[in-house]
Amino acid sequence: MAAASHDHDHAHDQDHAHHHKDTFITKYIFSIDHKMIAKQYLISGIIMGIIGVVMSILFRMQIAWPEQSFGIFKFLLGEKLAPGGVMRNDIYLALVTIHGTIMVFFVLTAGLSGTFSNLLIPLQIGARDMASGFMNMISYWLFFISSVVMLSSLFVESGPASAGWTIYPPLSALPQAIPGSGTGMTLWLVSMAIFIASSLMGSLNYVVTVINLRTKGMSMTRLPLTVWAFFITAVIGIVSFPVLLSAALLLIMDRSFGTSFFLSDIFISGEVLHYQGGSPVLFEHLFWFLGHPEVYIVLLPALGITSEIIATNSRKPIFGYRAMIASILAIAFLSTIVWGHHMFISGMNPFLGSVFTFTTLLIAIPSAVKAFNYITTLWKGNLQLNPAMLFSIGLVSTFISGGLTGIILGDSTLDINVHDTYFVVAHFHLVMGISALYGFFAGVYHWFPKMFGRMMNKNLGYIHFWVTAICAYGVFYPMHFIGMAGLPRRYYTNSNFPLFDDLADVNVLITTFAIIGAIFQLVFMWNFFTSIFYGKKAVQNPWRSNTLEWTAPVEHIHGNWPGELPTVHRWPYDYSKPGHDEDFVPQTTPMKEGEEELHHS
Amino acid sequence: MTSLLVIIVLVLLSVAIWQMTKIFDLTQVGNKKDNSQVATDNDNNIQGYLMFGFLAFLYIFTIFGLLKWGHLVLSNPASEHGSDYDNLMMISFAIIFFVQAITQALLHYFAYKYRGKQGNTALYFADNDKLEFIWTIIPVIVLAGLILYGLYTWTNIMFVDEDEDVMVVELYAKQFNWEARYSGADNVLGKANVRLIEGVNTMGVDMTDPNAQDDISTTELHLPKGKKILFKLRSQDVLHSAYMPHFRAQMNCVPGMVTQFAFKPIYTTDEMRQDEKMVEKVSTINKIRAKKTAELAAQGKPGLDPYTFDYLLLCNKICGASHYNMQMKIVVDTPQDFQNWLKGKGTIAKAVNDDKAAKAAQNAPVSVPAPAKKPDTTVVATAEATVVSK
Repeated sequence: MAAASHDHDHAHDQDHAHHHKDTFITKYIFSIDHKMIAKQYLISGIIMGIIGVVMSILFRMQIAWPEQSFGIFKFLLGEKLAPGGVMRNDIYLALVTIHGTIMVFFVLTAGLSGTFSNLLIPLQIGARDMASGFMNMISYWLFFISSVVMLSSLFVESGPASAGWTIYPPLSALPQAIPGSGTGMTLWLVSMAIFIASSLMGSLNYVVTVINLRTKGMSMTRLPLTVWAFFITAVIGIVSFPVLLSAALLLIMDRSFGTSFFLSDIFISGEVLHYQGGSPVLFEHLFWFLGHPEVYIVLLPALGITSEIIATNSRKPIFGYRAMIASILAIAFLSTIVWGHHMFISGMNPFLGSVFTFTTLLIAIPSAVKAFNYITTLWKGNLQLNPAMLFSIGLVSTFISGGLTGIILGDSTLDINVHDTYFVVAHFHLVMGISALYGFFAGVYHWFPKMFGRMMNKNLGYIHFWVTAICAYGVFYPMHFIGMAGLPRRYYTNSNFPLFDDLADVNVLITTFAIIGAIFQLVFMWNFFTSIFYGKKAVQNPWRSNTLEWTAPVEHIHGNWPGELPTVHRWPYDYSKPGHDEDFVPQTTPMKEGEEELHHS
Repeated sequence: MTSLLVIIVLVLLSVAIWQMTKIFDLTQVGNKKDNSQVATDNDNNIQGYLMFGFLAFLYIFTIFGLLKWGHLVLSNPASEHGSDYDNLMMISFAIIFFVQAITQALLHYFAYKYRGKQGNTALYFADNDKLEFIWTIIPVIVLAGLILYGLYTWTNIMFVDEDEDVMVVELYAKQFNWEARYSGADNVLGKANVRLIEGVNTMGVDMTDPNAQDDISTTELHLPKGKKILFKLRSQDVLHSAYMPHFRAQMNCVPGMVTQFAFKPIYTTDEMRQDEKMVEKVSTINKIRAKKTAELAAQGKPGLDPYTFDYLLLCNKICGASHYNMQMKIVVDTPQDFQNWLKGKGTIAKAVNDDKAAKAAQNAPVSVPAPAKKPDTTVVATAEATVVSK
C-alpha cells in the first residue's frame, strides 16, 4: 500500500503534509488518496446534480405552462430541440429520462456513496487508505468517463435516450419507436456499463477495506453506523449491479445483433420485425432486481450519515445501536426480494403479485424501527441545531412522509390505480430523492471541515435548509393529489384531456415551488465554493464528535494519521456518558476502571 | 414578459436572502466573538422554534391540501370492485395520516423541546428492549392486517373463475391509439398475430380461425352496464398500459403476450354524468375552460369546447413521443343500447372481404367506368353471404 509506506515521513513532520513528490497531476487528478478521491466524487456529483436539477426545472415548466415559448428553452435547448422556444415532445421525454438517470445513478449513487464511503470508511475505521488505492482511482475515473459519455449523449443528432430511466424495451430497443433509442440509447447503455464497472470496483474496495483494515479494537460492533451503512450498501451493490449489467448487455445484443431476449411479435413503421420469443417482462425483472435495491443503495448511506449526525448533535448515544444494525441488515436482505412490486400490473402472474406484496410490506417494519429510533434519540437530548442536524431531522421527516405512502404502492391492489401516476413520483421523490439529498447535504455540512479544513457558513446553511424543506413539501405533497386524480406521469402535456383541466393550477404551484427550491440551491453552491477558499479555519473536532476521523489532523496527509494508528477502546456513541467530564468520549479513550461498555437499561 | 418576471423574482429572492442573513447576524450580536460556525445557544433557540413552526406548517399545509385539493381525488368508482379498492385506500390513508400526525409531531416537537443549551446534559439512554419490541410489533400487527385485506381484495380482482359469465373484449394498443375487438356471439376471440397485419386487418386477426369470423373491431369502447368484462390486452409495438382510472383498472399491454384484466361496470356514462361530484367537477372544469376561451378569444384564437364527462382509456406506460395523447373514449351503455350499438358494427371478416373485393375490382380491367358503384355493392352482398354461410 503506497499510502502507508509514506507514513513514516509524516510521522516526523506534520507541516509537510503534502508529500513533496506530489505533482499537481498525482495530487489533484490521478490521486490514489481516498480523501482526494472523495472530493473528486463530491465535485463531480454536484456538477451532475446541477445538470439534473436544471433538467427537472425545464420539464416542470413545460408541464405547468404547456407548449409555451420560453427564452430559457431557446437558450439551453436551442432551436432544434425547442423550435421557437417550445419544447419538443420527444425532448420532454429525453429530459425526464436523463434527469432520472443522472439523479439516481450519478448524483445519489456515485455522488453520495462515492463521496462519503471514500472519505469516511478509512477515516472512521482507522485505516491509512482504502485496501486498493489504485482501484479506487480507476473507479473514480471510470465514473468520470461514464459521466462524460452520458452527457455527450445529449448532443447526438437523434437526441439522448428517451425511454424513461427504466429503459423498458421494446421502446428502448427500437429507434423506429422513438428517436432517442438510436445513438442516444447506445451511449446510455455504454455509459451505464462503465458506470457499473466503476461502482463494482468502489463497492469491492469498501467491503474489503471494512473487513480487513479496521484498526486495533475496532470490532464490527464498535463501527459507527455510517460505516455499517456504507458496508451493507456496497454489498447490495455487488449483489445487484451485475444483474443490470447483464440486462444492459442482453439489450445491446437485441439492439445491435438481432437476438430476441426481450422482443417478440413487433409490427412497427409498417413492417413486421423478425424478433420472436423474447419478453419485455424478463427485462423488467432484471432491471428491477437492481432497480429496487438501488433505492436502498441510495438511501442507506443517507440513513447512516443521519444516524451519526443525529447522535453527535443530540449529544446522546444513538438509540438502539444493535437494532439499527439489524434493521440495516433486514432492509438489505428484503430489498433483494421485493422488486416485483414495480411490476404488479406488468402482466406477470397475479400470484407473484401476492408474494411481492407480502415481502414489500415487511420492509416497512425495519424502516419503522429506524424512524422510531431516530425520534427516541432526539428525546431528552441536548440538541445542537447545526445545519447538518437540521438536514438530518429533515431526512427523518421526509423518510416518514414518503415511506408511509409506500404501504399504498406496495399493496398490489392499491397499486392498480396509482401505478405510473404522479402519486408514484411524489412517493419516491420524497422517500429516496429528497431524503437521500438531505443526507447528502447533511454529510457535506458535517464533514466539510474534514474535507477542506474550513467551516461552511451556518447562517447560509440555515436559509438553505428552511427554504429547501418548505419547497420539498411544496412540490411533492400536492403531487399526491394529482396522482390520485389519475394523472399519468411522463405526459408532455395534459391539455388533450379536459378531464385534467382542474389539475393545471396545482401543476403551476408545484413548478413554482420547484423553481424557488432550485434557485435556493445556489445559496448552497455559493456557501460551498466560497467556504473552500475563504471559510473559517476549522478546529480539529468542531462538532465534538467521538469517531476516529476527528482524531486525525485537520491538514490532509497521506496515511491520515501521523505516527501510530489510533487504537479503539469503545463504541462510537458514548455521548453524555455519566462519569465523564466532557459530554463526549472519543473512541480512543480507554475504558475507566469498572466502566461498562454498552449501557443497557 | 415571463423573463422579466423571472428576473424580478430572482432579484427579490436575493434581497430576501441578504435580509435573512442580516437578521440571523443581528440575532447573534451578543455572541459576536463566536465565529466558529458551530451552533450556539442562540442558534439552537431560533432553530428550535423554527422546527416547531415547521411542524405547524406541516399540519396546516396538510389540512389546507385536503380541503383545497381533496375533491380532485377520484371518487365514486364505476366498477364493482372499485368500492373495495376505495375502501382499502381509505383504511390505508387513515393509518397513514394517524402515523404521520404522531411521528411528525414527536420529531419536530422534540427538536424544539430539547434544543441545546450550554450546561444542559443529555440523558444517556442507549437501549431499551421493551420499547424496541413495542415499535416492532405494532407495525407487524398493522401490516399483517393490511396485507391480509390487500391480498383478499387482490385475489378477488385479479383471478377470474373459468365458469364465470364474462364478455371477452380485446384491447389492442399501438403507437399512439387504441382499438377494441369484440368476440361476437361465440364470446371467443379469434387467434391473432402481428405477422398477419395487412390492410384493413389492422389487428392481425387470423382470418382462417373459425372463432375470428364474428369478431368486431371498433375504435371506441362500449361496455354494457352490469356485465363483467374480461379484457384481453395486446400490443403491436412497444409496452403500453391500459389505464381506466374511473374503473380502478389498469394492466400493461406487452408485445408478444396477452395479458388480462376484468371488471364489471356499474354506472352507465349517463348515470356518471349525473353523479353529484361529477357534476361539480365538470362545472369547475368548464369554468376554467370558459376563462381560457376568453383569453384565447382576446388573442384571436379559437376557443375550447365545453367539456362533458366521458370515461377514458389512457396509455399509462411511456410509449413514445405522442404517449401523452393516446386515449380512447369509453361508453358504458345499458345492455340494450350496447346490443344496438354493436349490431351496427360490421365484422372484421366483412371488412377484410370488402377490402379484397374492392382491390379486385380496382385491378380488374376497367370496362364500364360509370356504374362502378353497383358491382361494389353486389360484391359486398356476396361477401356477406359467404361470411354468414361460414
